[in-house]
Amino acid sequence: MKKRTKKIIAALIGTVIAVYTLLPFYLVLLNAFKKANDIVANPVSFAGASLSQFVTNLSSVVNNSNFSYWYAFACSIIITFVSLALLALLGAMAAWVICRNNKKKWANVIYMIFIASMVIPFQVVMLPLISTFRDVGNFIGVSMLQSIPGIVFAYLGFGGAMTVFILNGFIKGIPYGLEEAAAIDGCSPERTFFTIILPLLKPVITTVTILNGMWIWNDYLLPSLMLGQNGKVKTLPVAVQAFVGSYVKQWDLILTAALLAIIPMIVIFVFAQKQIMGGMVEGAIK
Amino acid sequence: MTEKKALSAGLLALGAAGLAVSLIMDFSGSENTIRGPLLVIGAILALVGLYCIPTKKYHRSIINFIFLFPLLFAFGVTVIIPLLLGIGYSFTDWNGVVIKNVVGISNYTTMFRDPSFIWSVLLTFLFVIFNMILVNLIGFALALLCTAQMRGIGFFRASYFLPNLIGGIVLGYIWQFVFNNVLVQITAKTIGLQNSILATTGTAFWAIIAVYIWQYAGYIMLIYVTGLTTIPGDVLEASRIDGAKGIETLFKIKIPMIASTITICTFLTLTSAFKQFDVNMALTNGTGSVADFMGSYLTNGTQMLALNIYNTAISKNSYALGQAKAVLFFVILACVSILQVRISNSREVEM
Repeated sequence: MKKRTKKIIAALIGTVIAVYTLLPFYLVLLNAFKKANDIVANPVSFAGASLSQFVTNLSSVVNNSNFSYWYAFACSIIITFVSLALLALLGAMAAWVICRNNKKKWANVIYMIFIASMVIPFQVVMLPLISTFRDVGNFIGVSMLQSIPGIVFAYLGFGGAMTVFILNGFIKGIPYGLEEAAAIDGCSPERTFFTIILPLLKPVITTVTILNGMWIWNDYLLPSLMLGQNGKVKTLPVAVQAFVGSYVKQWDLILTAALLAIIPMIVIFVFAQKQIMGGMVEGAIK
Repeated sequence: MTEKKALSAGLLALGAAGLAVSLIMDFSGSENTIRGPLLVIGAILALVGLYCIPTKKYHRSIINFIFLFPLLFAFGVTVIIPLLLGIGYSFTDWNGVVIKNVVGISNYTTMFRDPSFIWSVLLTFLFVIFNMILVNLIGFALALLCTAQMRGIGFFRASYFLPNLIGGIVLGYIWQFVFNNVLVQITAKTIGLQNSILATTGTAFWAIIAVYIWQYAGYIMLIYVTGLTTIPGDVLEASRIDGAKGIETLFKIKIPMIASTITICTFLTLTSAFKQFDVNMALTNGTGSVADFMGSYLTNGTQMLALNIYNTAISKNSYALGQAKAVLFFVILACVSILQVRISNSREVEM
């Protein structure tokens, strides 16, 4: 009996906290269905909430030229996916070379530089980064700022260290005998990597992709500096910031925009809950 | 073999030619737009040519180089070069584009004489300390709750973790709405507080902490859950048979056994709280009045270090000063990380 009351109390506390963590999401959802006046009058009641109002809010946000939701959404998708694919592939290649040459000095030096660089806060490199990218862009004639290739390149640079670090830890555990056997059979090193090592890396690549994906998708500072507030390329967080800046206190529009910005992440979370939560923990422990 | 030789030589020559032509165009200041693509294609051709060189002896080294090159190149251009430049720029009067004079340490002396900067530094330390303690305590408490045997545990874990998925900018605005429109109505009715808690500096600081906990505690909880589930069941069993009560098991068995997890979580919250930017910007944008600090009136009552650096450089256009502040920020974080490595290493020796 005593154990049972304890359990009930625990479940009650758990529910209260869950309500607290989910309440802001609920308020966003509820108020996206209301007019600005109704929101300000009473943000917690259902008064004034209707589906037609939601459609009105939605269409005024989606068609807003300051927000351009679909465009920002597409840019975010392209930037995130290309960066993730390249980080996974190039990161695995680099980590494999570093790991298999760990008795050589140059590999150790590169690895130590990667590890040490994880301490560097973005703030200390952001200002010179912009001027360097601008200069390099002017020099080679390919714009590095306000362009998708430029920002993908930056994400490769900033995400590289952590990706190599996590992948390196995993590759260490793959027996070297596997590669030796392949080499004796006449398999070239690059083929060994692509046909034997890379498929084995699948679980750890999932982990780094989740970690990098959460970071790149939600990142605000780097795209806002590189792409500009109202540049020709923009990501969702940058679009939200620009939108809110131009519609101060118009909560019907702001909350609908917020809803549109968080929905993709929540949909992915619902389908890949275990992988995301597992990946985040693994990344932290290593 | 000769065919392969010819192929690789041809590709190398083509690549080198492409690189050379585009570089000549770059240096001569040509505006021809072909120079960019030509440079990239030249580099790729040169790498492919390198790959095709028919050599058994050096093939492995060539592969090592080709595999490492792309990531290292990106890393060098985006992290290493800007870092070195940035440290150098902090000693000049750089305005984001050109340098006119080398000014020595005057940027550093200016920033330490600026009350609003000192305020930001102190505020950041305060924020970090409160966060470190509160996020860890709450995260750990949630982890204990989420490792108890009960129904719906998966739902609880997922819902506590959910805020962590949302980017700081968006959730900052969501909470601004909650504080300014929802909470204020409740406080006006119950305790007669008419103003939003974001309106005064002191309470706004606590609001930022509350939002940060809301966002981060679920993540820290997950790490503690993983730590708690690695405690072997027979240890807990044995302590139960020996008559240990719940509280005793917690302090004498569970906490000592997850000491390394506590270290990880402590430093994770420490560094992430230091770097806090998005929520600070979206929630208060650093505003808040301070009547008298070091003899001057401040308007940046809730501005943390990261936001202060950003505003100094981007809004006030003092790039060199902002860069000097950023270098200090880097030094602080580097010290924290060295401390972390020391502590984790000494603990490993003990065990």
